Amino acid sequence: MLDKVTKQKLVVIGNGMAGIRTVEALLERAPDLYDITVFGSEPYGNYNRILLSPVLAGEKTVDDIMLNTVDWYEDNNIALRKGETISMIDRRTCEVVTDAGDRVPYDRLLIATGSNPIMLPLPGKELPGVIGFRDIYDVDRMIKASTDYRNAVVIGGGLLGLEAANGLMKRGMNVTVVHLLDTLMERQLDPVAGGLLRKSLEERGMVFKMPAQTQAILGEDRVTGARFGDGTELAADLVVMAVGIRPNFELAKKAGLHCERGVVVSDTMQTYDGRIYAVGECVQHRRQTYGLVAPLFDQAKVCANHLAMKGFATYDGSVTSTKLKVTGIDLFSAGDFAPGPDKEEIVLQDANRGVYKRIILKDKKIVGAVLYGDTIDGPWYFQHLRDGTDVSHMRERLVFGAANLGEGGVSGQNSVAAMSDETEICGCNGVCKGAIVKAISEKKLFTLDDVRAHTKASSSCGSCTGLVEQVLAFTLGGDYSAAPKVKPLCKCTDHSHDDVRRVIIEQQLKTIPAVMRFMEWKTLNGCHSCRPALNYYLLATWPGEYRDDQQSRFINERVHANIQKDGTYSVVPRMWGGVTTPSELRAIADVAEKFNIPTVKVTGGQRIDLLGVKKEDLPAVWADLNDAGMVSGHAYAKGLRTVKTCVGSEWCRFGTQDSTGLGVKLEKFMWGSWTPAKVKLGVSGCPRNCAEATCKDVGVVCVDSGYEIHFAGAAGLHIKGTEFLTKVETEDETLEVIVALTQLYREEGWYLERMYKWCDRVGLEQIRKRVVDDVANRKALFGRFAHSQQFAQTDPWAERASRGVDRNEFAPLAELELA
Amino acid sequence: MTGWIEIGALDDIPRLGSRVVRTPGGNIAVFRTESDEVFALDDRCPHKGGPLSQGIVHNKRVTCPLHNFVIELASGQAVAPDEGCTHTHPAKVENGIVWLSVRQAAAVS
Ligand SMILES: Cc1cc2nc3c(=O)[nH]c(=O)nc-3n(C[C@H](O)[C@H](O)[C@H](O)COP(=O)(O)OP(=O)(O)OC[C@H]3O[C@@H](n4cnc5c(N)ncnc54)[C@H](O)[C@@H]3O)c2cc1C
Ligand code: SF4
Ligand code: SF4
Ligand code: FES
Repeated sequence: MLDKVTKQKLVVIGNGMAGIRTVEALLERAPDLYDITVFGSEPYGNYNRILLSPVLAGEKTVDDIMLNTVDWYEDNNIALRKGETISMIDRRTCEVVTDAGDRVPYDRLLIATGSNPIMLPLPGKELPGVIGFRDIYDVDRMIKASTDYRNAVVIGGGLLGLEAANGLMKRGMNVTVVHLLDTLMERQLDPVAGGLLRKSLEERGMVFKMPAQTQAILGEDRVTGARFGDGTELAADLVVMAVGIRPNFELAKKAGLHCERGVVVSDTMQTYDGRIYAVGECVQHRRQTYGLVAPLFDQAKVCANHLAMKGFATYDGSVTSTKLKVTGIDLFSAGDFAPGPDKEEIVLQDANRGVYKRIILKDKKIVGAVLYGDTIDGPWYFQHLRDGTDVSHMRERLVFGAANLGEGGVSGQNSVAAMSDETEICGCNGVCKGAIVKAISEKKLFTLDDVRAHTKASSSCGSCTGLVEQVLAFTLGGDYSAAPKVKPLCKCTDHSHDDVRRVIIEQQLKTIPAVMRFMEWKTLNGCHSCRPALNYYLLATWPGEYRDDQQSRFINERVHANIQKDGTYSVVPRMWGGVTTPSELRAIADVAEKFNIPTVKVTGGQRIDLLGVKKEDLPAVWADLNDAGMVSGHAYAKGLRTVKTCVGSEWCRFGTQDSTGLGVKLEKFMWGSWTPAKVKLGVSGCPRNCAEATCKDVGVVCVDSGYEIHFAGAAGLHIKGTEFLTKVETEDETLEVIVALTQLYREEGWYLERMYKWCDRVGLEQIRKRVVDDVANRKALFGRFAHSQQFAQTDPWAERASRGVDRNEFAPLAELELA
Repeated sequence: MTGWIEIGALDDIPRLGSRVVRTPGGNIAVFRTESDEVFALDDRCPHKGGPLSQGIVHNKRVTCPLHNFVIELASGQAVAPDEGCTHTHPAKVENGIVWLSVRQAAAVS
């Protein structure tokens, strides 16, 4: 009882998508902070408004689209007052007043009243049969009309209008869409895509009257038709107005809160009265209002954080994307696609396939995309748009999409809808389309994360993420899957990698618990994803100061060997530049025999792998290898792995420089360094490139006149040739540039982000500027790398084999002989 | 089930870490949480037998090093949506000494 008295009261006005998402997020963060009361005019729990279109089209039922049933409110101790409308906010007494005159006090108030459909002020707009398209009540009336009448007119050729028209047509009505302009969905589509859309809707039987202005609605006791600017008339028993929405802020305005086109809020979603928050379509943030759920969910998260008194997050606005939910029509649009002098366009048009793609670039970045007919790459473009990726290096192939760039999991498929249930979507985890669809519908999943957790699809390499998002969109019909604008580091926090790295430096945080405390981690000790990331960030930020936390290291890095599927380990000694000696080989052979090591294999990185070593034998194996002068090859590390070389000018008749010698020099300088993800180098003695340097993280190709430095290649899950960074004349310069480049990556890369992904994200030009052009900066980077190497270059094997470091790790705690 | 057997000092197990106890029925992993609670489980992941003792420990859970199943230390249950269960054994700490009672089930798992 006591805590009942001390709990603060939170009142929510508006039982809709944004309001309840906020409440859900709040309960996650601070389940016991508030007594919550929710008022909603509609007589239901919270439902998925987006899916009203499929309900109208008869593809789903109202029960299918319920998000929070009445039981949910009860289970969470929330007082739901459905069917009750708030008519006044009394800020003086901190109370809300219901239309029945009931007064309910609040400590904090959340306004989430959504918006109302705009009803054009035409003569006859009050007639029965003239309706908007906003809620279950509207849908019920449309369905009723479709059984009693034949002719419908939909005013408005935007997203909502077309979805309404499609639904009514599916219900057997003759539908005419009246649109003021000559392009459908002109806010999302350019004239070409709009034309394609019109054509395919016409093929399905929809009729268009456009451009046309509606002048009057005709009828006596019920609508009978509509008259237009050109004097023509159309017969109609039902008129749906879908010309736009108006944020619903009357209540707030009456209460004296500052409103313009919506309730004006700050970056923490507070109105001018700090006790009153607002989220959703009723809100105006930095001059923007929104009419799609993805940004509203971002707002909800920020608002919930603040309500939970965790004031760290702020809302910075959102970029949105749109998908039309008309079954069988693939259409995607995002960002800004109006032509402009500073913009460039890439257009692909294939009339036969009915495909149209237009990508709009500005300053080497994607700022807009319109796709019609083949939208599989929509989420991929959108991701690059939101991330502000420099796409200049993939420009020529950009319009063909992720699959063509080697980024997509599957190529040659142009619609997930057309895929069979057996089509494998996630190659890593062997998950097929049918399994994902089943999980989404049976377990009522909404987000990419849900799907990952339940099916494991897209939870490994992530190259199928776009496809999974498509399956989600196609199964749900909405665009729920839109990834959050900034990716949180992991589920334990809302903060991004960049935020975490920045705050570590700004706040001088020097331990994992300190970071977790300051940044309000949601879990006690984090998890297997964030702990290794934080350990790396601290190690890279505070060399020599931070004490490596062994318990936050993945097992391979903790025991300096690679775990195998049977729990044994593999051991790979370093072979500088891939060069070895008879005595090293002899020592390896001896070790293999002495410890009964079952497999000895040559690796792809020019070294020798001893596989199947028992954990307790590791220190002794290392001791023998150490005695022969060998050290750890860090084959297990997110760090410098191998430097692959060819024999170069020493032996090869084509060799231009001493590629082997340079490789050894690089490896000796850089070994032992920890990096966000593994780093592999290659040095070839001439452009014949026998060391395959141009698919490495960093590669050098020697030429007569010097050294070409390349980077950001990959030859794993993805295959990608390197980017040319610069050409220098001496070995020393080569070393300096490569070391500086690696240091920049160490300072800015996200944990587990390979160099090529990092380059994709921040842009080649940016990197070149700081590593090549700005010589002072290059030298500073080089200096920081060299400094941190002082603390990194101790052989972890020797420490463990002969200096007793971590002795407990390798021995059992006890051996029991149970009777 | 055996009686309580002394297996070593709490300090010999790292916080948020684990050590292995050898038994004829297979290895048992003994975990220590941040707040010095101990838990004992068969050292076999319900997924494909990965050695749980080698995983990262967080709160009262461990993540298997092979394919990231997350296992509840107290119950041995895999955290949803993964499914499966590992045998647990009673374990306790008294005056800095860790005690284990081995359930014979270890032998058959
Ligand atoms: C047919 C349709 C299709 C859509 N399709 C998409 C789509 O594909 N993708 C997408 O992103 N978005 C789509 N949207 C938009 C999306 O549904 C909205 O952006 C979202 O629902 C807005 O959430 P909200 O919480 O701000 O408002 P709402 O969900 O409208 O919730 C507001 C609630 O507050 C109640 N209320 C208002 N005033 C009061 C009061 N004084 N007292 C008590 N209760 C009150 C209202 O009755 C309502 O229930 C679609 C919308 C519609 C109508
Ligand atoms: S890359 Fe050139 S120098 Fe090196 S081995 Fe091949 S041909 Fe010879
Ligand atoms: S490719 Fe690599 S990860 Fe895959 S099975 Fe071979 S060694 Fe294992
Ligand atoms: S064996 Fe443990 S997750 Fe696969």
